[in-house]
Amino acid sequence: MGRFWAIFFVATAVIAVAVSWFSPALHWWFPGDGKAHSNLGLRIDDLFHLILVIVSITFIGTHAALGYVLWRGATIKPEDKVLFSHGSHSLEVIWTIVPAGILLFIALYQMDVWAKYRVKSFSPAETEAVAEVTARQFEWRIRYPARGKKLQPTPQPDDVYTVNELHVPTGRPVSISLRTEDVQHSFFVPELRVKQDAVPGLVIPVWFDVIDRRTGKNAMELVCAELCGWGHYKMKARVFAESDEEFEQWREKIAGEQFDDGFKKAAE
Amino acid sequence: MSTLHPTLDHAGHAGDDAHGHGHGHHELSFIQKYVFSTDHKVIGIQFLITTMLMLMVGGALALGVRWQLARPWEYMPIAGDLTFARDGGQISPEYYTMLFTMHATVMIFLVIIPVLAGAFGNFLIPLMIGADDMAFPTLNMLSYWFMWPAILFFAFAAGIGPEWLTGVVGGMDAGTAQGWTSYPLLSAVKTSAPGSAMAQTWWLMAVTFVGVSSMMGSVNYMTTIINMRAPGMTLFRMPLTIWAMFITAILQAFALPVLTAAGFMLVADRLLGTCFFIPAGIVINNAAPTIGGGQTLLWQHLFWFYSHPAVYIMLLPAMGMVSDMLACMCRKPIFGYKPMVYSMAAIAGLGFIVWGHHMFISGMNPALGMTFMVSTIMIALPSAIKTFNWIGTIWGGRLQFNGVMLNCIAFVSMFIIGGLSGIFMAAVPVDIYIHDTYFIVAHFHYVLFGSTLFGVFAGIQFWFPKMWGRMMNDTVAKFHFVLTFIGFNVTFFPMHMLGVAGMPRRYADPYHFEYLSHLLPLNQVMTAAAVLMGVAQFLLLGNFAYSMFFGEKCGRNPWNANGLEWTAPSPPGHGNFDVLPVVYHGPYEYSSPIVKDKDYLMQTEYVPLAQRQTNAGH
Repeated sequence: MGRFWAIFFVATAVIAVAVSWFSPALHWWFPGDGKAHSNLGLRIDDLFHLILVIVSITFIGTHAALGYVLWRGATIKPEDKVLFSHGSHSLEVIWTIVPAGILLFIALYQMDVWAKYRVKSFSPAETEAVAEVTARQFEWRIRYPARGKKLQPTPQPDDVYTVNELHVPTGRPVSISLRTEDVQHSFFVPELRVKQDAVPGLVIPVWFDVIDRRTGKNAMELVCAELCGWGHYKMKARVFAESDEEFEQWREKIAGEQFDDGFKKAAE
Repeated sequence: MSTLHPTLDHAGHAGDDAHGHGHGHHELSFIQKYVFSTDHKVIGIQFLITTMLMLMVGGALALGVRWQLARPWEYMPIAGDLTFARDGGQISPEYYTMLFTMHATVMIFLVIIPVLAGAFGNFLIPLMIGADDMAFPTLNMLSYWFMWPAILFFAFAAGIGPEWLTGVVGGMDAGTAQGWTSYPLLSAVKTSAPGSAMAQTWWLMAVTFVGVSSMMGSVNYMTTIINMRAPGMTLFRMPLTIWAMFITAILQAFALPVLTAAGFMLVADRLLGTCFFIPAGIVINNAAPTIGGGQTLLWQHLFWFYSHPAVYIMLLPAMGMVSDMLACMCRKPIFGYKPMVYSMAAIAGLGFIVWGHHMFISGMNPALGMTFMVSTIMIALPSAIKTFNWIGTIWGGRLQFNGVMLNCIAFVSMFIIGGLSGIFMAAVPVDIYIHDTYFIVAHFHYVLFGSTLFGVFAGIQFWFPKMWGRMMNDTVAKFHFVLTFIGFNVTFFPMHMLGVAGMPRRYADPYHFEYLSHLLPLNQVMTAAAVLMGVAQFLLLGNFAYSMFFGEKCGRNPWNANGLEWTAPSPPGHGNFDVLPVVYHGPYEYSSPIVKDKDYLMQTEYVPLAQRQTNAGH
């Protein structure tokens, strides 16, 4: 019976590895086409895969060892002696120093991506603040500056507004000012690998750079990732990434609709 | 003070509390003996049975969550009519938020923490160190009975109970719904959700009671372990269970006051109009703007300053217990006893400086993110050392594949998965993406269920004979193990994939997002497995109840184990030991060459020098 259990635990590990291996093919993996759509997101995916490789090797190694000791313990003969050992100093030293080195490497290797994402002096210099995103129960309100103007901390008379539709220019780093009108929320665009909590009382800049055009039905989804009440699951919005011209055209069109007062110019 | 000086002088102990060694003490009434008992064994069993029942409650709540994820907004048979008939038997979004909040609350505060420290800590500490009872028996009794107001208040918080009494308007739809983390403003401003009204106040009161209970326990454990060890029981002869309980008690004593203080601050914000956590000028659901001046992030810091060490409070005792059981079932000394102790101490020490990893994307200073990342990744090191030592313990042993052993192996195997998935989230850049997705749900279930609960299942079967003088049925225990293990892995392993797919946690209906809609079939499989796992727990309860009365009778030491608890009668009488034990060895001398005729050497067994020399000499 002992052999059965040794196989049982090894089989569990094998199935876990197999399921993980086939997950991308089954679409149980990164959303959309599986690739990040921002340069920062690509770096994050690289780090994810690096950790995945290290972790997989560790997982397979430890479970192979576990399987071996279980098999050996299950097949020990009645006349065989049990290994009477209180441990091994050199083994302890090895399995302290080796993981410590690997772990320290993982920690230090992550630093610059994080610094680029959050620390101001490492962030891209030419980041343009395109919009203020204000979360509220249970929607996203977005305010854009008028054409040719910069985003101001307070609403301006010529600002343009949308709800649940964030339009950003593609191909360069842009930032949004993230606020919340009521409770905590979190700005999460899975395909960009961007997430930031919206904190009551704070305005938090979040930058990202969308690589490709994502418009129309192809727009990315924006969701809330911090519990904000009963309607947490329904803060559904879209992020449209467009070329500069498209973005300007769209802003003109929205501004035109927003400020349309019914008067026509005399000439028309 | 007599309790602080365990001596051989029995007469000196004949006080009115928990003493007298089976002779000359007065008879206790039924209530003193089984209800308001000061006997650590009775209190431990009270804790155990309470937490096992609460495990079923928490499991039922989880199945409610799983139902909604498999069949969103559909009519739920039976339970739907019983509990939310007025919603047409469908789970409403408010009800869903209450479900996952109460699931976490029950599982953490009423199952995991009390089953480890309360049940096993109480039952095992005096028995394993050779004391006749805890240092403060009355305090010990109170620590159990403070759980009951907490349970009652948690029920009120869930919206159960008459409205005139609880003040929760709207029944269970208005149950507390802020998540077990209770982040403000959702938890601080009453208008922010139905569950943010009176229910949240009850929740905070309940958590305070649980905290007081835990604090009384931990003071008691520390005092007992420091002062009441039997002669010869040096610190480095203590079983790892006791080391774990000791370190846990220290963690608890230093971390818990912070949560209690934060809880009072939040209660003050809600009831007295203070603004510790409330910034100015926030309008929530058209209520008057907040007056403010506070910071919501302060709560997160205070909460996680407790709740991160609490994660280890929920794990360390299970680590200790599994170490003891593994050594016994492998008939081998524990591999690397001192590294095991030091790594537990390291986990506890580092555990105090990693709380910020819950807050990487919370908007705190990003430089802190780097510091917390390094400390968090380094805490994986002692965990890794422990894992290697467990595998080393199994290596070369004569394995007994019973229910205890299987659950222990599962503990090690699942802890590896739970530990490794933690590295993804400790890395800040990766955490940006997987934070608050199902990846974290997978991670903490692998640690809390996959590790701790499997350790507890093993512990229940292992120490059951000491509680009742009878064995649990091993065949049923194995069935329980296999069903739970398969159900557990099928339920929780795919959650890693859901997390990588970007599915946020705490969503009542993720499928109306296009990028998640294809995950419904996978979730249905997971729900089916969760139901299997839930049903399997009746095997545990049934086995426990049946074996209490009809199990195979056993003697003092059915496992041929070494610990002091196995020298006492099964079940031990009031005062535990016939004679005060004297300790000559460490707890893990299995298959020692200095005894020839058996493969264990009890801690109390004196081996004359001559015999040691002849047996071990060649």
